[in-house]
Amino acid sequence: MARAATMTSASFGYKTRKFFMSKHFTRGSLAVIGFFALWQAGSMGLMPFMHAIPTPVTVAGAFWEFMCTGKYWQSWMDSTLRVGYGFVAAQILGIPLGLGMGWNRNFKDFTYPLFELMRPIPPLAWVPVSILFWPTNESSIAFITFIGAFFTIVVNVLGGVSAIPRQLVDAAVSFGASPRQVFWRIVLPATIPSIVTGMMVGIGITWNVVIAAEMIAGNTGLGRLTWEAYLAGYTPGIIVGMISIGLAGYVSSMAVKMIGDWLMPWKKVF
Amino acid sequence: MSIRSVGKIYDPEGVHVVALKDCSLEIAAGEFVAIVGPSGCGKSTLLNTIAGFDGLTSGEILLDGEPLATVDKDPSPGPDRVVVFQHGALFPWKTVLENVTYGPVVQGAMTEEEANTRAREMLSRVGLNDIETAYPGQLSSGMQRRVEIIRALINNPKVLLLDEPFRAMDTVTKSASHQYLLELYDATGKTIFFITHDLEEAIFLADKVLVMTTRPGYIKKTLQVNLPRPRQYSMLASEEFLAMKAQLVEAVHEEAVKAFEAGEREMA
Repeated sequence: MARAATMTSASFGYKTRKFFMSKHFTRGSLAVIGFFALWQAGSMGLMPFMHAIPTPVTVAGAFWEFMCTGKYWQSWMDSTLRVGYGFVAAQILGIPLGLGMGWNRNFKDFTYPLFELMRPIPPLAWVPVSILFWPTNESSIAFITFIGAFFTIVVNVLGGVSAIPRQLVDAAVSFGASPRQVFWRIVLPATIPSIVTGMMVGIGITWNVVIAAEMIAGNTGLGRLTWEAYLAGYTPGIIVGMISIGLAGYVSSMAVKMIGDWLMPWKKVF
Repeated sequence: MSIRSVGKIYDPEGVHVVALKDCSLEIAAGEFVAIVGPSGCGKSTLLNTIAGFDGLTSGEILLDGEPLATVDKDPSPGPDRVVVFQHGALFPWKTVLENVTYGPVVQGAMTEEEANTRAREMLSRVGLNDIETAYPGQLSSGMQRRVEIIRALINNPKVLLLDEPFRAMDTVTKSASHQYLLELYDATGKTIFFITHDLEEAIFLADKVLVMTTRPGYIKKTLQVNLPRPRQYSMLASEEFLAMKAQLVEAVHEEAVKAFEAGEREMA
């Protein structure tokens, strides 16, 4: 009961402050700092194979230089938008498709084989056809990103609907719920945990995909930025690009996690 | 409620599993009936046909003289016969209060406010006043079960169907749960159909204990329990109680051995 009270009444600010003072935060920070220390030692010649890698200090300098350019922030913006379009479109189309396949046997009979035929095709294999098909570069990259998140969310939602305990539906029906009410008030909320899992996995995939797609087909974006640094032989720039991608992915996962926690107050996202 | 020579055959053209055969019993209004029998004997099948989740292949079930289910008429579930399920079926995404008020609100029988007031009143009767904003996952199993029973009772059902509701509980939680259930029964006088494995639980709670045979299931023995109400824990050690238990042990044991041997034959 005490737990119930703190869960509902704790303010966001209080929880944030508590997190930064917690041992979980300390441990995470130690790991990150330790990683950079090892890296510094390695590039100073204390470890084999690492002499070609610039030191964190050099990279930090390059980072600062990048941050002073408009192009860097434009790259962030471009990649984020592509991920955003692809990811949101995947949820808008994928969640209803997964729900439909899980809830209606006839619909599943029609759609599932085709779906399973398309699913194994890696997003990057869609690049050529997508460039041919979509009018602009932007739309073809967003489409490839969409592919990355779409199959994941559908599989998760379908699995979630299939795993709904029968007695939940039985109980609702015997309380007098109509099929419509069962769908909206029971099936949908019971599937939310699977939707959130699908979103968590999907957001990671979209970042993987967008970077690769930008390297192949893009003129801008964080992936393109990294690739250009490689072509120019500017190693610190490559690493700045990589770290930026990591940060972008981390921030978007946190955002999805917050959406997940908001969608299901009865349960914590992992 | 009358259950007249009900039969249920699963997959009549294929494996042909006869779950119920010529199963008949009468339950008077306000009676507390417990059914015991070996696992897989068709107790839950019988409950599912009464609840309306499953059709039957012969016989008929009447409720207050009206046919509920016949061979030609598949039963439909309704708030007059609500089930408390074996593994629990509280909606995890709804708070306790939302769970309890779900039935009357979805039926349109009460406004949300009326339902809230009624729910609070009923929850406090079983010692659950300050948990209405908690989610089921935050409650102990004993509390969850009490909430679930209240969620069923608020619909004012004609029959309350309980499918081994206290099965997975430790002894202490179980006996506290018995106490709450008996108090609710004494207060509301609802007809209760209670499935269990636990013979002591059956005698202690019920007016009438029915022993079901192993598949095909029918009622083999009826034991009238004449212990006075309200039931007291001291009765568990009384001679009367022990004599009844001895009768049941014998009847159930016979069926259990049959079920066990049938299982071994199937495996071989």
